Amino acid sequence: MNSTIARLVGGRLAVGVLTLLIVSLVVFFLTSLLPGDAVQEQLGQEATAEAVAALRAQLGLDLPVHLRYFNWLGGLITGNPGISLVNGMPVDDMIASRLPNTLKLAAVTTLVSVPLALTIGILSAMYRGSIFDRYSNMLAVFAVSVPEFLIATIAVLIFAVKLGWLSALSRSVEVESFGELVRIYALPVLTLCCVLTAQMARMTRAAVVDQLSASYVEMAILKGARPIRVVLRHALPNAIGPIANAVALSLSYLLGGVVIVESIFNYPGVATLMVNGVVTRDMPLIQACVMLFSLGFLMLVLLADLCAILSNPRLRK
Amino acid sequence: MNEIVRVSGLRVAARNEEGIDVPIVHGADFSLNKGEVLALIGESGSGKSTIALSLMGYARSGCRIVGGSVRVGDVDVLKLSNAELAKLRGRTVAYIAQSAAAAFNPSKSIMDQVIESALIHGVLSRKQAQAKAVELFRELALPEPERIGARYPHQVSGGQLQRLMAAMALITDPALVILDEPTTALDVTTQIEVLRAFKKVVRERGTTAIYVSHDLAVVAQMADRIVVLRDGQIQENNPTEQILAAPEHPYTRSLLAAIRPAARQGAGDQEAASAEEDVLLDIHGLEICYGTKKVLQDVDLKIRRGAAVGVIGESGSGKTTLAQAIAGLAPTTAGHILLDGQPLSRTLAGRTREQFRRVQFVFQNADTALNPRHSIEQILGRPLRFYHGMKGAQQQRRVAELLELVQLPASIAQRRPGELSGGQKQRVNLARALAAEPDLILCDEVTSALDTVVGAAILELLRDLRRELGVSYLFISHDISTVRALCDDIVVMYSGHKVEAGDQQAFVQAPFHPYTNLLTNSVPELRQGWLENCGAAKGGLPPIGEPTSSAHLCPFLDRCPVRIEGVCNRSAPPRHNIAGGSEILCHHTGAELLKAQDCVNSMKLVGTYA
Amino acid sequence: MKPNSISPKASIGSGKDNALKQDGANEPVRTRRRRLSLSVGGVIGLLIVTFWALMAVAGPLFAPHDANAMISDGYFGPLSLEFPLGTDYLGRDILSRLLHGAPFTIGVALAATALACTAGVVLALVAAASGGWVDALISRTQDALIAIPNKIFALLMVASFGSSVPLLLLMAAFAYMPGSFRIARAVAVNVMTMDFVQVARTRGEAMPYIIFIEVLPNMLRPVMTDFGLRFVYVVLLLSAMSFLGLGVQPPDADWGSLVRENIEGLWAGAPAVLAPAVAIATLTMGVNLLIDSFGGRSKREMEK
Repeated sequence: MNSTIARLVGGRLAVGVLTLLIVSLVVFFLTSLLPGDAVQEQLGQEATAEAVAALRAQLGLDLPVHLRYFNWLGGLITGNPGISLVNGMPVDDMIASRLPNTLKLAAVTTLVSVPLALTIGILSAMYRGSIFDRYSNMLAVFAVSVPEFLIATIAVLIFAVKLGWLSALSRSVEVESFGELVRIYALPVLTLCCVLTAQMARMTRAAVVDQLSASYVEMAILKGARPIRVVLRHALPNAIGPIANAVALSLSYLLGGVVIVESIFNYPGVATLMVNGVVTRDMPLIQACVMLFSLGFLMLVLLADLCAILSNPRLRK
Repeated sequence: MNEIVRVSGLRVAARNEEGIDVPIVHGADFSLNKGEVLALIGESGSGKSTIALSLMGYARSGCRIVGGSVRVGDVDVLKLSNAELAKLRGRTVAYIAQSAAAAFNPSKSIMDQVIESALIHGVLSRKQAQAKAVELFRELALPEPERIGARYPHQVSGGQLQRLMAAMALITDPALVILDEPTTALDVTTQIEVLRAFKKVVRERGTTAIYVSHDLAVVAQMADRIVVLRDGQIQENNPTEQILAAPEHPYTRSLLAAIRPAARQGAGDQEAASAEEDVLLDIHGLEICYGTKKVLQDVDLKIRRGAAVGVIGESGSGKTTLAQAIAGLAPTTAGHILLDGQPLSRTLAGRTREQFRRVQFVFQNADTALNPRHSIEQILGRPLRFYHGMKGAQQQRRVAELLELVQLPASIAQRRPGELSGGQKQRVNLARALAAEPDLILCDEVTSALDTVVGAAILELLRDLRRELGVSYLFISHDISTVRALCDDIVVMYSGHKVEAGDQQAFVQAPFHPYTNLLTNSVPELRQGWLENCGAAKGGLPPIGEPTSSAHLCPFLDRCPVRIEGVCNRSAPPRHNIAGGSEILCHHTGAELLKAQDCVNSMKLVGTYA
Repeated sequence: MKPNSISPKASIGSGKDNALKQDGANEPVRTRRRRLSLSVGGVIGLLIVTFWALMAVAGPLFAPHDANAMISDGYFGPLSLEFPLGTDYLGRDILSRLLHGAPFTIGVALAATALACTAGVVLALVAAASGGWVDALISRTQDALIAIPNKIFALLMVASFGSSVPLLLLMAAFAYMPGSFRIARAVAVNVMTMDFVQVARTRGEAMPYIIFIEVLPNMLRPVMTDFGLRFVYVVLLLSAMSFLGLGVQPPDADWGSLVRENIEGLWAGAPAVLAPAVAIATLTMGVNLLIDSFGGRSKREMEK
């Protein structure tokens, strides 16, 4: 670890924190532009003005906006993002009970799609212009064009309704056997993987193709290196940065994709929690969820940046 | 016969934008004996690299070998399968690429890449290969031959990389080595070191080689035979002596003519300028810093009205920055620039339209200097309207006049830059500057991106324009012969310092500043044996102790062949005049320099300028 | 600065004229035909896009039935002559509902994309032209906006402001502006460093001339490609929101809403649920095919 790398990584971290701060500002002020409604709604139209005012005071909603922001931000940092307006439960408890489920889903999807996408992407870059390349490209265009809910519904139609192999709804996430794991995760993961893999494979292919047009690749060919050696030994080490970037950007898509998939399959994750929150206008919950998803995004980008920095030979000692 | 290579009827086609195959090499025939060095020479688009690559059965993307045969040893390369080709490449035929900086993989160590082909082909064990690589590094005069292999490509200089690439090619003792413009991307003073190293290993190892280049003078040092190419056709194939002394083909003769620096027509066009000291541009104490790095330091420069001042230096010398400072693109940190006695603002923002008009900048690369979305008429019309308020028919008429002035047909006014050739674009680029009716044109390497013949024509045009319009030039170039051919006064820059300045006559004969001397001696001459006999950069540098106060010492200290222990590494060099009329930044007196330089130079100069 | 050491790597202005580099004086001017050649996929894409563009404008006129009339007794009716795409869960004609939904899905998405790209490009030009702290401020803010995943941002906006059509439009525009900004800024900064811009600066030109006459025309192609891609994303986002019941509200219905309201028909494999989903897929695929045939897509994707 030399000082240049440390400085670069430190810089990236600082930018990440700054970005998260700006996100918190955006989130807070977007949700605070129409104050009071939620309290009124929660207490009903018949509630007395005093009752509303009392609840507002209890929730700290009567303070000036900037104080409320700092209270809220302080709460977020100390792990206390507030109390649900709908059921009075602490928001962190609500999220904590759902987060592991979403993480499990994301983890399984990542484990399936990343190796698959990298293989497809690298293979189609190696044999660009071949039948394999053209068909995988066509499939990818198809996959990124189709809304997830179509893929999900078709998958349900085929595997759950017609064939009856898999369960359409994931009511339980307590996995007891491998068969159960497959039955529960197969459809949501399949749906998420379609778009994710397609996007990632295309970006990986572009990154590798970019390297294959470099002079040093021509040189390797003229040294008598076979295509596999050219790609694996020469092009790939230089494509790590862009590929990491591609993987991170695609995975960040996962953060939005789970919203649809969890809803369709009624999967008890953070995204369904948030969608329900939107329906009931449970602002503290929504704010916390948005911050959580943004944090996820920024962490992915940071990881990709780290990969790019560490794989850059110019920064090596 | 010891024939190693026989190429017959070789044809290569390239697919153009409409998807039609267009032949780019039409039936090339030549052969090569063991131990011979053959040069393929031609301008860009002549097919020289394409032919060289086809000796390895390789065609760049978009190109295809469509016919003929290429025999290397006993095999016809064009009939081999891909697997057989892979066995040939790097083993029987090895390749040295133009830009080593790009051809080395940035993420692998140098040693890994140098010995890779030996390992792929199973010629040597890793240990043997490494030992042989170190031996080659030593032969190629690379510094620290034991340790340089552990470094990564970005950690060594361009000239060293180019020599490392030679080691990479020679590691398998191939029957044939192809050198594809191996020194084109280098500065002249680096080029000579690399050429010397190449020549040494080629001679010692009896290597059979094909040397591809656009530069006849370079080729004259390396090759036994020269094949002259144009538009994919062989024009002439003869021994080097004959090509240089008695070229058969008219095209060869025109190539030779374009390379020889056209001696200036005496003082004819100098008269008007030198009559009175009418200073147009006066630069004093100019300094420019990027961050903490000083890219220009204490530069003084005067340009007389109607005069052409040449600035030469290698990459990193600050010559382009100087022009940018005059144009206002690079804000100065100290010093001042006076135009007709009036100070020019250090940034663009503080200048008047009239000041803008009087100083015009012509960029090196006409490809990027002309907006691809605008027609030639729009490009030329804009300054007419902007500075002179010309519109409509008057503007059109003036555009036609300008095109005529730069010897272009009026019909191209409606075209876009993408439809013109490189030379045409550079003429439009010039015409745009002329549209402003400027007093001073800053020409930044305007002929460098062009082929020799085209560049020579542009140079001729610049000379004519100056005579007709009385405009002044600041002419920036890395090529001392180009500068000598056009300019009245010459300034030599080295790492941000002006190391020598004088009129053109002062640059004909010693004494020079040691750097100028190195630069002059490094320009290859069109005669065989020059490389062996020229004085430049031969022998070691005189040893000196650690510099004491690094701040104001001579910038050329690290490379100076006449540096003095106890003087050059202790105190700042003075600026003083030497015999011959130029002003140099050096501890040496004119007499000392003359003594050191005279013996080699005088003889050679007579040869060149007789 | 030696010959050949410069590789004009910029995406523009690198005329490929190494085949003929004779000097200009007497050489006949070469002409290069510029043809808009489309691949087979491109032609199909163009046809689909044209078709849907027509439907977005005139779709409701072609509707055979009243879109909201419950005219059939059969729920989730099959394909028939009277109801070419079957009927929905209330016995309404799906084809008519689809045609009435076209302006919502296509029109709103198009307007939102136009807004997003215009705002993105304008901000990008301001950032690239000013540089310094203005650039830093704009870029940081846009980076922060990009850090909120689009669908999450959509949920946040709907939760705060409800889901009227104008709000959905604004929401989608806002969600995709940062991406557009990023790409446009990268292109603009690249063009700004080109020599012809430097030439204009040393001529003494003012910033508006440089931006509008020199820079903008060279940005059109990448910006148009980006526009197409972004349109696809917006269509998918708006459909997804409607599918969740958070998009266009009844009685209006875009294609996403049609899928949602007929989701029960899935168990019966009813055309009512598949038709609108397929309509969305053909639209987005058509645009994708068209963009692909122009090339340069993969590069854009890298920048989100």
